[in-house]
Amino acid sequence: MQNVAIADQPDELHDPQTFITKYVYSQDHKVIAIQYGITAIFVGLVALALSALMRLQLGFPDAFDFIDPSSYLQFVTMHGMIMVIYLLTALLLGGFGNYLIPLMVGARDMVFPFMNMLSFWFYLLSVIVLLASFFVPGGPTGAGWTLYPPQAILPGTPGYDWGIILMLVSLVIFIIAFTMGGLNYVTTVLQARTHGMTLMRMPLTVWGIFTATVLGLLAFPALLVSAIMMMLDKTLGTSFFMPALVSLGESLDYSGGSPVLFQHLFWFFGHPEVYIVALPAFGMVSDVLATHARKNIFGYRMMVWAIVAIGGLSFVVWAHHMYVSGMLPAFGFFFATTTLIIAVPTAIKVYNWVLTLYRGNIHLTVPMLFSIGFIFTFTHGGLTGLFLGNVVIDLPLSDTYFVVAHFHMVMGVSPIMVLFAAIYHWYPLITGKMFDEKLGKIHFWFTFLGTYAIYLPMHYLGFLGVPRRYFAMGSTDFIPESAQSLNASITVSALIVGLSQLIFIYNVFWSLRAGKPAGHNPWEATSLEWQTPDVPPHHGNWGPQLPTVYRWAYDYGVPGAEKDFIPQNHPVTESEQTAGEPEGR
Amino acid sequence: MKLVIALVLLVLGSLLFHWWSPWWMTPIASNWVAIDDTIELTLYITGVVFVAVNLFMAWAIFRYRFDPSRRSHYEPENKKLEIWLTVITSVGVAVMLAPGLIVWADFVNVPEDADEVEVVGAQWQWSYRFPGTDGILGQVDSRFISSDNPFGMSPNDEAGNDDVLISSNELHLPIDRPVKLLLRSNDVLHDFAVPQFRVKMDLVPGMVTYVWLTPTRTGKFDILCMELCGIAHYTMRGHVVVDEQEDFDQWMSQQQTWNEIQSIPPGDPIAGKASYATCAACHGQQGEGNLAMNSPNLAILQPWYITRQINHFKDGIRGANEADEFGRQMAPMANMLMDESAIRNVAAYIGTLDPPATVSTLDGDVEKGAYFYNSCGACHGAKAQGNYALQAPRLAGQDDWYLKHQLKNFRLGVRGANEGDTYGHQMVLMARSIQNDQSINDLLAYVNTL
Amino acid sequence: MNILKVLRDKPWVHSTASATLEQYSGPDPVAASQVMLRFVLAIVSVLFFLFIITFLSRSQYPDFEALAGSPWQPFTDSSRLWFNTALLACASLAIQWGLGGSRSGKLNITVAGISAAVFFTLLFLVAQFDLWLRLQSMGFYLSGNPANSYFYLLTAVHGLHLIGGLVVLTNVVFRVWYNHNIDSLKAPLQLCTTYWHFLLGVWLVLFALLTSRPETINALAAMCGF
Repeated sequence: MQNVAIADQPDELHDPQTFITKYVYSQDHKVIAIQYGITAIFVGLVALALSALMRLQLGFPDAFDFIDPSSYLQFVTMHGMIMVIYLLTALLLGGFGNYLIPLMVGARDMVFPFMNMLSFWFYLLSVIVLLASFFVPGGPTGAGWTLYPPQAILPGTPGYDWGIILMLVSLVIFIIAFTMGGLNYVTTVLQARTHGMTLMRMPLTVWGIFTATVLGLLAFPALLVSAIMMMLDKTLGTSFFMPALVSLGESLDYSGGSPVLFQHLFWFFGHPEVYIVALPAFGMVSDVLATHARKNIFGYRMMVWAIVAIGGLSFVVWAHHMYVSGMLPAFGFFFATTTLIIAVPTAIKVYNWVLTLYRGNIHLTVPMLFSIGFIFTFTHGGLTGLFLGNVVIDLPLSDTYFVVAHFHMVMGVSPIMVLFAAIYHWYPLITGKMFDEKLGKIHFWFTFLGTYAIYLPMHYLGFLGVPRRYFAMGSTDFIPESAQSLNASITVSALIVGLSQLIFIYNVFWSLRAGKPAGHNPWEATSLEWQTPDVPPHHGNWGPQLPTVYRWAYDYGVPGAEKDFIPQNHPVTESEQTAGEPEGR
Repeated sequence: MKLVIALVLLVLGSLLFHWWSPWWMTPIASNWVAIDDTIELTLYITGVVFVAVNLFMAWAIFRYRFDPSRRSHYEPENKKLEIWLTVITSVGVAVMLAPGLIVWADFVNVPEDADEVEVVGAQWQWSYRFPGTDGILGQVDSRFISSDNPFGMSPNDEAGNDDVLISSNELHLPIDRPVKLLLRSNDVLHDFAVPQFRVKMDLVPGMVTYVWLTPTRTGKFDILCMELCGIAHYTMRGHVVVDEQEDFDQWMSQQQTWNEIQSIPPGDPIAGKASYATCAACHGQQGEGNLAMNSPNLAILQPWYITRQINHFKDGIRGANEADEFGRQMAPMANMLMDESAIRNVAAYIGTLDPPATVSTLDGDVEKGAYFYNSCGACHGAKAQGNYALQAPRLAGQDDWYLKHQLKNFRLGVRGANEGDTYGHQMVLMARSIQNDQSINDLLAYVNTL
Repeated sequence: MNILKVLRDKPWVHSTASATLEQYSGPDPVAASQVMLRFVLAIVSVLFFLFIITFLSRSQYPDFEALAGSPWQPFTDSSRLWFNTALLACASLAIQWGLGGSRSGKLNITVAGISAAVFFTLLFLVAQFDLWLRLQSMGFYLSGNPANSYFYLLTAVHGLHLIGGLVVLTNVVFRVWYNHNIDSLKAPLQLCTTYWHFLLGVWLVLFALLTSRPETINALAAMCGF
């Protein structure tokens, strides 16, 4: 770990030239970020296709031969696992974390570029192992993305043999990849900030990614521990999580283990994981909002404190996923309280985003549209979280479609809104070209309205009591016929949203070739990544000399300034010095 | 501008959807009204926040839309405003949390006088156990589970002898009596959920969990498994019937205790041979079945399955449907078997038969069939040998034309839709995953190879 | 640097102190490595902490039989483990000695120290493996009892961390080989030394836990609320 080259040393300021060194065996954080991004979006599309298959079955049951109960569960499982881990975590941290951290803090590269490269290759390996499980006997695991034992490793569940083993192996590899990347991100933030870049001058994006990475580094070990122990239970017959049981009429050799213990471990990882996804999104959306509203982010300090507070609290709320798991019921008091407390800093963030718009000068660009879409969907998703976090309300609603709708709203749609906002926002920097505005807007309207049409009605299926992870509802005495038409309409919306992502893909590729040159800093942003000498930035980012930072990242609309924005690397003028503190603290 | 209109319309639309939605919580049938009240309170508070935040945002977007002649207001923070917002939010959260915790305290503390009933989950069935006259549930252990002892009753515990075992997915409970349901699983996680009761809890193998409630409304309600438990998770359903006390007592008096179940003698094949003479006319001397008479092969079927089906024919659970032409022929025949022991004897005799192998009559793609069989194999076994623990009959060696006919019957609800057909319900749901004739042929072509 | 004070900074206020314009040429690799090592140690601590928590939780189920306490249990007499511990402690001492050598610029001592550390570490791993074989021959199989499972699992995970350390240390040695520059060795060797001491500490905790009598384990578990 010590002998890695530091790209900051001037003699290493060379551009790699061959195709291999430039795009494959690359240690440049920007290339690694794009590698991460492309891989993540690719598996994300696989997961999107899986969700379309699920929706077809749910919307039009008894219509598709090739979707049977086993494959349905496999689609559910792989869709969930891919989206949460291999798309969102990888794209937000591996993709945007990699791209933005060095640029935003004014570094030439990550501190340990070689390890950074390894991180991507391990990630790619984990994706390959994961996808390989589609081609092994029995197919991928169908245990649900939570992989609860005993079910996950017993017959009666699809993919209980090869599928689950490959899943666990893939997760272990992913954790190794994430740890190597994550160590880089935190070290870079702590050690490689350029001159003048104090912690509190960092853009919120960096704060979000940094805190999320710390959460990830400390939470993923819990998943590792549970994966290792479950693997031993599966392959070597230990009984960590496996009690004595009779599986499909056959008595097995396990005894004494505790399935609930696995759930504790899983959610000790799983809940921070929610924030590993959410915090970078929180950060990035703050910067996009500020830039396009031409206004400083409102309450920057409160935003930082909220990120840190949410990060800390996220380690003491995990059992709110387990209110009906059979754990000691008294835990419910504690976890309901901590869960609802975490709503306070989260609400503050929402207020501050909205207050950033208030008295701004709002450009409704495509990234801005997606950011506003995020505020809307996140508010909705956050508020339904108050239902599920409150332990008694969870009794009727847990394991119904209310839960599905809630977590898709808060963890699916919202972060993806931010991802699109971020991709559109930083596309000119990454490629040097502008995307097509019109297509971007069409993409926004389909995605925003479409997803709401999917998930708002879904909450009501949950109120009805429709259980999740059901291949088909059949007939019951409490679900009216009309619920099926609701399901069908959800499916239609989902298919439209899914297809409309093709517009996005097309836009990305078309603009790469035919987009207008973006030039320097097309959004007139203040943060450091837009101030590089070249667009897109070259290897080493900054040319011969590192930038010096004189101010925070949100000097928009400063009274008396020449333009409505002042980049971070512009020295403080005399008049600003004497003006002292601005009003309205 | 479009965005502002869209945001306002989405907010209004959400409210209208909520008010006009015919989809809402099913009428409650238990004492947990407080849960509904908490939901309603939370709904109002969060609804107000949702509307306020989004309308304010829409207004701000409209009011502060881009104007090149204007600059945004520079205001890094506003302590007073932020503190106020924090305080108001905290109060709102506390108002939602407090009633939640109070109701949870009720949920955690079971009333002293609650009756105990055990709910047992196994892939993919429910069964129940009442403590009997001594009021004590006998000890159980998964080591003792066998086809003769599906509950795993411990032979060493006297207290278990008078336990009432309900090997059916239908549970009866008396109205207005608090009941503590002790939840136990034989294999994987399950979840006992009755939407009308509001409360639910996981069943965890290796431990006993509980949930308590007081039924407040008579009627028949669905029990659903709400924790993913494998391929047939969605078919793991049951019923709870809330009765008036006297109806409940009457139902209870018809159930068998563990002692009574143990004392049932096994079927006698020699006695069964005589009764079989009638059956042989259609099903053949060796039980080989007969396509001309539409009679299936019986010899491959397990005695417990034959017993159950004859009972179903007798009780009008099977063969009563108008559309079930052949089943209707079987029903009067089944009635010729007078009592339980006669049925058991015939079943035992059929178990001794050994006819020649059946011939296949269908053409299909075996490979495709193998794919379809994946889900079937979970219950019927990889070799289609059947599995008593899952109440799944043997399929291997059965006439494919018969299986095809039954699959179609299940699909159409001609068979299995009767409320008394506990396991047929599962097949109704399962059979629907195979839609067309060709797929059924493929599937059965594969079964023929087993 | 007081983190609370940092977090209270108002970044939009321009500090009156004029910014020093000294040339900043990038991060200090030694400091960066130290920060990274701290995170690594934190992650490894969390990993073992979680294993230990599950161990304590699992120990409260009736089928758990601790490996010490009764005369027939293998670690009632823990002399073998003390021997292994001594080996690992020697490795720690040796690497510390080597580090001292590199600080005072003595290449011989450095090489001797590192070699001894590698030697003792390998010996420790072999001894641990031998212990596994002995347990097997006594009938304490991996899946026989959760206590056995945990013994194999925890020692294996600890061993893997040592092997990882060895890989890095080998890397360091190669660097001496290549550029004959003992100065470039100091910082990485310091990190390795910290890591070795840390793993010795982890081992001592595991040792104490795995050879605890049932009463001790129960008391610990009770303290954690199991």
